[in-house]
Amino acid sequence: MLLLALDTATPAVTVALHDGTDVIASSSQVDARRHGELLLPAVDRLLTEAGRALDAVTAVVVGVGPGPYTGLRVGLMTADTFGLALGVPVHGLCTLDGLAYASDLSGPFVVATDARRKEVYWARYDDSRTRVTEPAVDRPADIAGQVAGLPAVGAGALLYPDTFPNAHEPEHVSAAALASLAAERLAAGEELPAPRPLYLRRPDAQVPKNYKVVTPK
Amino acid sequence: MADEPLVLGIETSCDETGVGIVRGTTLLADAVASSVDEHARFGGVVPEVASRAHLEAMVPTIDRALKEAGVGAKDLDGIAVTAGPGLAGALLVGVSAAKTYAYALGKPLYGVNHLASHICVDQLEHGPLPEPTMALLVSGGHSSLLLSSDITSDVRPMGATIDDAAGEAFDKIARVLNLGFPGGPVIDRYAREGDPAAIAFPRGLTGPRDPAYDFSFSGLKTAVARWIEARRAAGEEVPVRDVAASFQEAVVDVLTRKAVRACKDEGVDHLMIGGGVAANSRLRVLAQERCEKAGIRLRVPRPKLCTDNGAMVAALGAEMVARGRAASSWDLSADSSLPVTDPHVPGRDPGHDHDHVHEAGGENLYS
Ligand SMILES: [Zn+2]
Repeated sequence: MLLLALDTATPAVTVALHDGTDVIASSSQVDARRHGELLLPAVDRLLTEAGRALDAVTAVVVGVGPGPYTGLRVGLMTADTFGLALGVPVHGLCTLDGLAYASDLSGPFVVATDARRKEVYWARYDDSRTRVTEPAVDRPADIAGQVAGLPAVGAGALLYPDTFPNAHEPEHVSAAALASLAAERLAAGEELPAPRPLYLRRPDAQVPKNYKVVTPK
Repeated sequence: MADEPLVLGIETSCDETGVGIVRGTTLLADAVASSVDEHARFGGVVPEVASRAHLEAMVPTIDRALKEAGVGAKDLDGIAVTAGPGLAGALLVGVSAAKTYAYALGKPLYGVNHLASHICVDQLEHGPLPEPTMALLVSGGHSSLLLSSDITSDVRPMGATIDDAAGEAFDKIARVLNLGFPGGPVIDRYAREGDPAAIAFPRGLTGPRDPAYDFSFSGLKTAVARWIEARRAAGEEVPVRDVAASFQEAVVDVLTRKAVRACKDEGVDHLMIGGGVAANSRLRVLAQERCEKAGIRLRVPRPKLCTDNGAMVAALGAEMVARGRAASSWDLSADSSLPVTDPHVPGRDPGHDHDHVHEAGGENLYS
């Protein structure tokens, strides 16, 4: 087994290879505006570093967000296309689950990433493998009651200390964590979700009111 | 013919997810998935709606194109993609798909210019482009006159709209007339039953001191809207067919007049018209009349090739391969304002074109 994992739902462009036992190579670059440019060269370097060929990949795992859409789509489109070209399955995993897995926390905690517009994407966990709420997007102040007293990880938590006083690393998701989580679940015989994006917001679009009258009054 | 380049092209600059396959100048497949219905209630293309639809539609559309063409992905000689201009988020979906597909198949990638593709698509209909070619590109996003002596390396802007694109004016007038979105086809339909000389709407930038090849449709749009409002304010019925015909006549009159003039001034005896508005029936008829009178040969692709599609991108990609142009690199980015003077986006190290695939990825493909 050789899993190719990638995630572009946070400012990190992160890739990893997992052979079913261990992560054999991984890399992360943080640059929220260049997901499109950085991702494919990162995959190429990853294969070189691991000394593996692309045609040995048996499945692709991609973080499905939630995350800012433009960057998020780069990872999903890339994963889908690898699946098409290589003829291998493509699995989706919630990006917040990857962060939770990497946190290694054993008690209840919160994962929050930056959703911009003064909001966070977030979910609550019982432990690093068990999410107990659906991913949501909210203003930090509005969820203060639901996260009070809990440790928190992720850039969204680090950004709003009033709501998340007990926030710490990891800041961004790593594909290595995502790959390990996927390998663990696949080994346990679980079926992983399809790679469908978690946007959580409707597109910004307004139905125009009647056209603007141009005749001077 | 079998040794002509077999290229797959991907287009996502606006609301159509297009995947086309060509061999040289022969069209093999033209698969398009459109999100136009999702935009209709907004009265215009909503970028985020378009981007989401591209992601959903891409893999099925590639599959459909391969089936339609009856070729295997491994047989392709290259993958071309619209690198710009267009909607940034929408372009990025196509670029991500194209570079991954090219990389995984071990094929060269060609990021190409959307406008040059609109010109090059005519090769699929009328054979190799004459050199030089004068091109009038008119759509909801662009209205320009371009002169090209080699579609892979030299595209010179002669003129362009200074405000609205021609297609935008169609959309806006359709909205004022409550005819829905998109406006082009419905105005064309109503205009057929109307009198194009019923109302004398203004012809923008046609004065003796105005720039000879630039366009302006904003004043026309305002004049038409005012005329309609005055009727409504007076409690009179708006003669929709006559308004549509007269408005349309004002647009196509200026477009064809300036295009023919550019041909004459530059001594070019060919004119190609492309872009969504080239599907307009009156534009086609009037252009034919005026070109014949001026001794200019008119080339207009069939309507399906005029609107945005992947075949046009494949057509330009095939020309890039045929003329040995440098492939793009794996860090190719989407450029929403890619200048028309850049027909494609070559990799940063043109000294190593031919080793390109080898250098970046080829060695990592097979175990
Ligand atoms: Zn176009």
